[in-house]
Amino acid sequence: MSDKLTPEKAAELAKRAHAVRRSILEMVTCAKSGHPGGSLSAADILVTLYFAVMHVDPHAPADPERDRFVLSKGHAAPVLYATLAERGFLPHDELCTLRRIDSRLQGHPSMKHIPGIDMSTGSLGQGLSAANGMALAARLDGKAWRVYALLGDGELEEGQIWEAAMLAAHYKLDNLTAFVDYNGLQIDGPISDIMSPLPIADKWRAFGWHVLEIDGHDHTAIYDATLAAQTVQGKPTMIVARTVKGKGVGSMENIADWHGKAPTSEECAKFLAELC
Amino acid sequence: MGKATRDAYGEALKELGGRYRDIVVLDADLSKSTKTAVFAKAYPDRFINVGIAEQNLVGTAAGLAAAGKIPFLSTFAMFAAGRAFEQIRNSVCYPHLNVKICATHAGLTVGEDGASHQAIEDINLMRGLPGMTVLVPADATETHQAVAWAAEYKGPVYLRLGRSSVPDIFGESYRFAPGRAALLAEGADLTIIACGIMVAPARQAADELTQAGLSARVLAMASIKPIDRDAIVKAARDTGALVTCEEHSIIGGLGSAVAEVLAENAPAPLERVGVLDTFGESGTPDALLAKYNLTAADIVRAAKRVVERKR
Repeated sequence: MSDKLTPEKAAELAKRAHAVRRSILEMVTCAKSGHPGGSLSAADILVTLYFAVMHVDPHAPADPERDRFVLSKGHAAPVLYATLAERGFLPHDELCTLRRIDSRLQGHPSMKHIPGIDMSTGSLGQGLSAANGMALAARLDGKAWRVYALLGDGELEEGQIWEAAMLAAHYKLDNLTAFVDYNGLQIDGPISDIMSPLPIADKWRAFGWHVLEIDGHDHTAIYDATLAAQTVQGKPTMIVARTVKGKGVGSMENIADWHGKAPTSEECAKFLAELC
Repeated sequence: MGKATRDAYGEALKELGGRYRDIVVLDADLSKSTKTAVFAKAYPDRFINVGIAEQNLVGTAAGLAAAGKIPFLSTFAMFAAGRAFEQIRNSVCYPHLNVKICATHAGLTVGEDGASHQAIEDINLMRGLPGMTVLVPADATETHQAVAWAAEYKGPVYLRLGRSSVPDIFGESYRFAPGRAALLAEGADLTIIACGIMVAPARQAADELTQAGLSARVLAMASIKPIDRDAIVKAARDTGALVTCEEHSIIGGLGSAVAEVLAENAPAPLERVGVLDTFGESGTPDALLAKYNLTAADIVRAAKRVVERKR
């Protein structure tokens, strides 16, 4: 990784993020179900990881030396599929098969179905443990590949997350970088109303992690934070990324209802026009 | 008396650790009891204690397997199959990852700790998971071989082990194979099928039945899933009546697995010796086995009942 995101790369990421958001809207509309809100909020993180940070090759998706990514908030499968398609792991045409019978694009990510998906997830709270196991394996083998994980903020209410938080710090997993997609909303409403996991950054610091707080829609900030994480020794890094649920579509932003609801075809056309 | 199956497990792990550099062993603060401490002493770099956190125990093992390692994880059966059931389902079985779940202190004979620690539902839970292999070895030799087989096999395995010492059943020439029952005694009047610590009393019951003029075939069924369908069907055809014996609820375990095969292939009278849809309690292992009807005498009674039903 170069130590700075070049203006050309930044422009490319902006273009890719726009394309990924478009795909998210189209595929969820096509499927008539799915999770657009938390997919849109995570789009900039995934695009930055897959196009600027992670060492992955769509022609060698099982390369043992590749970096790994675990989407612990597995309901954001649309953003993962859209990003993988944009990066060349999946044909774009296949995205509209999301959630259909016989499709590889299951409602939640399945590593058995799609090369390029490093862990099956969907039941919240389980992904960080798996990321820990991968990071331990890399260290046992003396390998340089790194592990990335994305957690939801509502997901922090799961107890297993904190079991995994302890383990990563205890075993000093400095080859692990995780993100919290801090969009502030869960299915039933604001996280602070339902079961507050706040203050998020302080909790991770108290659990022994190196913590960075950034704007989760700023590609340069995301890039710089992952770069900084690579220089941290003896601690895993948690990047608390402040995001907006439904980001990029004004009519969908900050509305909990768009957590797990698909737009109608008419709404989709309107949202695509709004897409910035 | 021979060793406890958990002791054989610890020794097998240590031996296999030298042969398979990718074996990693995980425990949740019970390594002295589960005997993974034997491996930990020999290969400290490849031993991971996750603390008292069984959900994370399973998830961490899943990640290790996804990256090519061969993780063996251990804790008590209650906390593996019970506490972390959904992690085993979604993080291990759904992606069919190469995780070996070696659960010790299964059944009533965990003893004095009482019902909170006595897993009598774990075979049922694990058997229902697609792609899971479920093994309940009877003695040290069979445990050693089952562990060696699990290390070689690629896919999830649930190995059920006990706390107490058990008599040696198998000689050195015995070879464990998944989906294959071991014939311990030939007989014509009925077949007794047992697993785990119930294999020894099953054999004893067969001896006692000869004095009552009944000859019993005895099958040790360590492999609950896949199960030896052919041996069960043949037993039904040859002997016409069956008894199953397990240190587990009669709901969903070996008895249920045998009943399923019989009902679909060769209906025959069946009596299930096991825990009768109730929780256990504190007590010595022997006192518990006696109170909850898991002795050779209970198997003899069930055998007489089932033979009576043939008429």
